[in-house]
Amino acid sequence: MEKKNTIPKKNPLSLQLNLSKFNSYMFEKATDEEKKQQDVMSESTTFFKDGMKKLFKNPLAVGSIIVLSLIILIIIFAPLIVPYSYEEILSVNGIRDKGAKNLAPFTYSKMEQQYIDAGGTRFPHIFGTDEQCRDYFIRVVYGTRVSLTVGFFASIIVLIIGMLYGSISGYLGGKVDLIMMRIVDIIYSLPDMLLIILLSVVLQTILNFSPGSLLDSLGTNMISLFIVFGLLYWVGMARLIRGQILSIKQNEYILAAKSIGAPTSRIIRRHILPNCISVIIISTALQIPSAIFTESYLSFVGLGVQSPMPSLGSLANAARGGLQNYPYKLLFPALMICLIVLSFNLLGDGLRDAFDPKLKR
Amino acid sequence: MLKYIVKRVLLALLTILIICMITFFVMHAVPGGPFNREKALSQSTIDALNARYGLDKPLWSQFINYMRSLLKGDFGVSLKNGREIRDIIAESFPISARLGLTAMAFALSLGIIFGSAAAIMRNKWPDRVIVFFSTLFTAVPSFVLATLLLLIFSIKLGWVPVWTATETHYVLPVMALAAYPLAYTTRLSKTSMLDALSQDYIRTARSKGVPKWKIIFKHALKNSLIPVITYAGPQIAYIITGSMVVETVFTVGGIGTKFVSAINNRDYTLIMATTIFLATLMVIATMICDILYKLVDPRIKFD
Repeated sequence: MEKKNTIPKKNPLSLQLNLSKFNSYMFEKATDEEKKQQDVMSESTTFFKDGMKKLFKNPLAVGSIIVLSLIILIIIFAPLIVPYSYEEILSVNGIRDKGAKNLAPFTYSKMEQQYIDAGGTRFPHIFGTDEQCRDYFIRVVYGTRVSLTVGFFASIIVLIIGMLYGSISGYLGGKVDLIMMRIVDIIYSLPDMLLIILLSVVLQTILNFSPGSLLDSLGTNMISLFIVFGLLYWVGMARLIRGQILSIKQNEYILAAKSIGAPTSRIIRRHILPNCISVIIISTALQIPSAIFTESYLSFVGLGVQSPMPSLGSLANAARGGLQNYPYKLLFPALMICLIVLSFNLLGDGLRDAFDPKLKR
Repeated sequence: MLKYIVKRVLLALLTILIICMITFFVMHAVPGGPFNREKALSQSTIDALNARYGLDKPLWSQFINYMRSLLKGDFGVSLKNGREIRDIIAESFPISARLGLTAMAFALSLGIIFGSAAAIMRNKWPDRVIVFFSTLFTAVPSFVLATLLLLIFSIKLGWVPVWTATETHYVLPVMALAAYPLAYTTRLSKTSMLDALSQDYIRTARSKGVPKWKIIFKHALKNSLIPVITYAGPQIAYIITGSMVVETVFTVGGIGTKFVSAINNRDYTLIMATTIFLATLMVIATMICDILYKLVDPRIKFD
């Protein structure tokens, strides 16, 4: 039962097209697909998704994510594959191998060669060995582990202290804020590196942990490094977060949200946090390379992690001794430091471009 | 203006006092005293010595005594070789100062040139080359760079002789020391130049037909320099800490080398004195930079 013509009659005064000339069978209903094509709205995204999308469009940031994940995979799995340990002095069949000193990459000592010729298998020394007959590859791997751990935990400490201090100061405002920020000003103007050196020197002699405990295995130097970071480096973070909270608090949309009657929890969750989380993430990411730098610097000055535990800085520093004959021993840890720091820097830049709404062009 | 300067100077003095306090009390937490020897002295001798040097007094009055002698320029004597620390500093500091100032001048001037050039030729090949190297050099620790420079230019190629006590060769140490601040200054001045070039007054000048070089040198450069000046303060701090490493690598007999060897020898009085000396230097330098910064830019309000 088809209606021949359902198109209403045209008002004679209307300027519209006279549709009564057409018949309804001349028209076709739009399919769902065609309807969708008309839709010009983009898919709804969250702030986080949007930032990630932008981040993955940045080749440098993607490259550094790949490099960092590769490094993390290596430091997790290499110790499972390589049969040597970082403090193990090489031996063949239980006999100490005295010829395995300062081997070049992928070479074997005489004893090892004899052992291989006799049908044994020996895992190659990918980076050679050091002057105490230890496999250098595994030492660099452990050094990277130590350096990254130091960097990571130092940033977490800085983040927690800085966030608490900064948000309390920014949230309360007024006199409390004034006093808290004066303290920050003073700590900020202290020369951090000199005080780190000073505290490390002293803490090393004071700190004594019961042998065998977790703290003892970390070594006093590492603990003093964390203490120093916790004492001095949080100031930058605290300032940053306070500034963020202060500036966000003054925005009109906060006032608007308040006037509609949004509860404080919602304002903090939906308006303040998303707006400062990007800054927090970026500066935490940028804190890691600076912590690694500091650690390698302290190792150079002789205040780094305790031997036999290696860190990238202490490995590079130890390699200066035999520099003329074995330059590759400096090269491996140094390259590792550069690679990690470079990747974190580029990733931090990428994160800033992707997540900082104020930089949107 | 005067109010700001007074406030800034007071903050600096307070900071220096706090540094002295931290250094003094932290160092006193180290076990052992100056009279601990392999041959144990009798308790009465130690007591007599303590009384002689005022070490039996409470810590606070000892601190006041220490500050009093510091103000007179008396830093005490080194624990290891008994030399006057004042003499050690007087002899080694000029070398470090010369090294550091050269590196700073180098880093600042080249950094501004490179950064501005990169901003002006944005997205062309000189920009890409400059950005590549400045990103790379912010990731290289100074001791690695110093060691590599020493290895390549002094040992393998033999172009630059190694630093000796009698002969000084500033080229390599200055390069190693200046690399990081140079890279940082370049990045900084690039962003601030880009920022300056996008301002309205630049567009106005351009629309009035002012030649391009005049716009860059007269309008943009002047404004882009302000953030770079602010960085000069932290840069001094970086150069002082960096020089410890670079001086040690090149065996320069400056104050940095003395500091590192004092750490390794656990020469506590020398560590204490050099820390206070260098820290005071840093605080004063930052203070001067802050005041200069306010003087240079009339747009900054004084609160």
